[in-house]
Amino acid sequence: MSAALLRVDKVSKRFGGFTALQDISVDIRPGERFGLIGPNGSGKTTLINCISGALTSDGGSIVFDGHDVTRLPAYKRTRRGIARSFQVPRPFRTMTVLENLLVAIDFGVESHGLSGDQATAEVMAILEKIGLADKARVSSGQLSQVELRKMELARAMAARPKLLISDEAMAGLAGAEIDEVLDVLLKLNGEGITVIMIEHIMQAVMRFSERVMCLDAGRIVCEGTPAQVMDDKRVQEAYLGA
Amino acid sequence: MTGRGVWFWIGAALFIALAVALALVVRNEYVFFAGFVILQFIVLATAWNILGGYAGYVNFGTSAFFGIGVYTAIFLLKAFSAPLLVQIGVAAVVGAAMGLGIGLLTLRLRGIFFSIATVAITIIAETLIINWKFVGGATGVQMLRPPVTPPFDSYIKMLFVVLAILVVIAVALARYVQDSKLGRGLRAVRDDEVAAESCGVPTLNLKLVACAISGALMCAAGAPSAMYLQFADPVSAFNLNYSVSALAMSLIGGTSHWIGPVLGAILLGSTQQLLTVTISSEINVLVLGLMLVLFVVAAPEGIIGLVRRLWRRVGKGSP
Repeated sequence: MSAALLRVDKVSKRFGGFTALQDISVDIRPGERFGLIGPNGSGKTTLINCISGALTSDGGSIVFDGHDVTRLPAYKRTRRGIARSFQVPRPFRTMTVLENLLVAIDFGVESHGLSGDQATAEVMAILEKIGLADKARVSSGQLSQVELRKMELARAMAARPKLLISDEAMAGLAGAEIDEVLDVLLKLNGEGITVIMIEHIMQAVMRFSERVMCLDAGRIVCEGTPAQVMDDKRVQEAYLGA
Repeated sequence: MTGRGVWFWIGAALFIALAVALALVVRNEYVFFAGFVILQFIVLATAWNILGGYAGYVNFGTSAFFGIGVYTAIFLLKAFSAPLLVQIGVAAVVGAAMGLGIGLLTLRLRGIFFSIATVAITIIAETLIINWKFVGGATGVQMLRPPVTPPFDSYIKMLFVVLAILVVIAVALARYVQDSKLGRGLRAVRDDEVAAESCGVPTLNLKLVACAISGALMCAAGAPSAMYLQFADPVSAFNLNYSVSALAMSLIGGTSHWIGPVLGAILLGSTQQLLTVTISSEINVLVLGLMLVLFVVAAPEGIIGLVRRLWRRVGKGSP
């Protein structure tokens, strides 16, 4: 087994008296498709906030690509290769789709040395791949839900990540739209990008992931192949209530 | 330089030439008294917009920076008899340092919390000056103007031209920030700070740079005021009116483009001057408030937004 791309070691996060995460440890291998599930409020988003730097963990360490990033601000982690999308899309509303992505490439990729035209070309190639090329000049405030989700993924990609964290990119989408987003994620993974997917839609997680981890109340319930996790009694209890 | 850049600098050169020509030709000094104030507000509004407009951080501390600019000039004058340009230059440095310092303390706060913190800054700065005897304390200080530099025949005309140059510097800086990578980053901060950070935008650093540039310009605008009135006291130097005006002018003009604060300052500034002469100096505050309300309701994106909307309508109407 190759060395882990991301090593989360005994990470904890508390909000006042509430423990959102308790001693979470997990290794993600390069190129892996990793699914993160758990009921509402189980700490999934808190965990990826700690990984991406939106929150600073209270204990434990996070090592990414051989560097300790536990204390780094979010923008530095992005530059090291951790990109994410948001559960509720956060577009730069006064900008076009193209400009949204240009922010990510200009700031997320250190000294990329590209001219304006080259950066635009790179960003357009990403939009092409994700199926948003025809919306490049449209203001991001005018996109539909599924387009917004795709733009979030495209913007994350513009920062040339090694690890892409997709936080419920399919929430609220209809059947065909889910397949669209899933295809995008699979395509990106095919290009060698490691993907962590948080999702409530079980079919999607199970189809996508090579390995799944289930959280409940800030702790790891179990971890394994999708089939193992689905069959686990504790997972069923966490979702259905004991 | 792009085509637009050439036109901008031609316009700037014409503007300064016009200011010099006015100073040499027009005899009536009142024109320059009024013009000085309008130019000053262009600098203040432009400076405000760099942080308030581009980054969306609404700053109520304009009067703190302005007042510190005034008192930097007074201090330099009393202590070293420094010439006007030195006063302005040092005030700009002090303003930048103050912007950095205050930014470090307050820019971690977001939204309304930042705005509240900036209100406090004015009060702190004013209190400090009130208790500083060397620059006159609460009673204020009177100053004598040094002899005027040729080719100007009066000090006020010279101040007018100096302010015109300051306007060009301020607007050129704002324009540069707007079109640069810094500007795009600030815009991302304004739209969504969390998303900006996750796209690799060093949000705090960019805000600090914006606050320093903004502060430097505000202080620089304050420095010549000492000699304008030949008198300064803390209550008028730190008057909250400067904060409100700079904010209102930017909002009324439109915050998304550097021309917005310029238009807003010209419109509001000249209206205020006109009202001060024709009716009373008290009523101009009322007019400022009314215009702000009017614009927030009818044209939330200011004059720029209004023009853009009309433009689009005309564009659609034509075949």
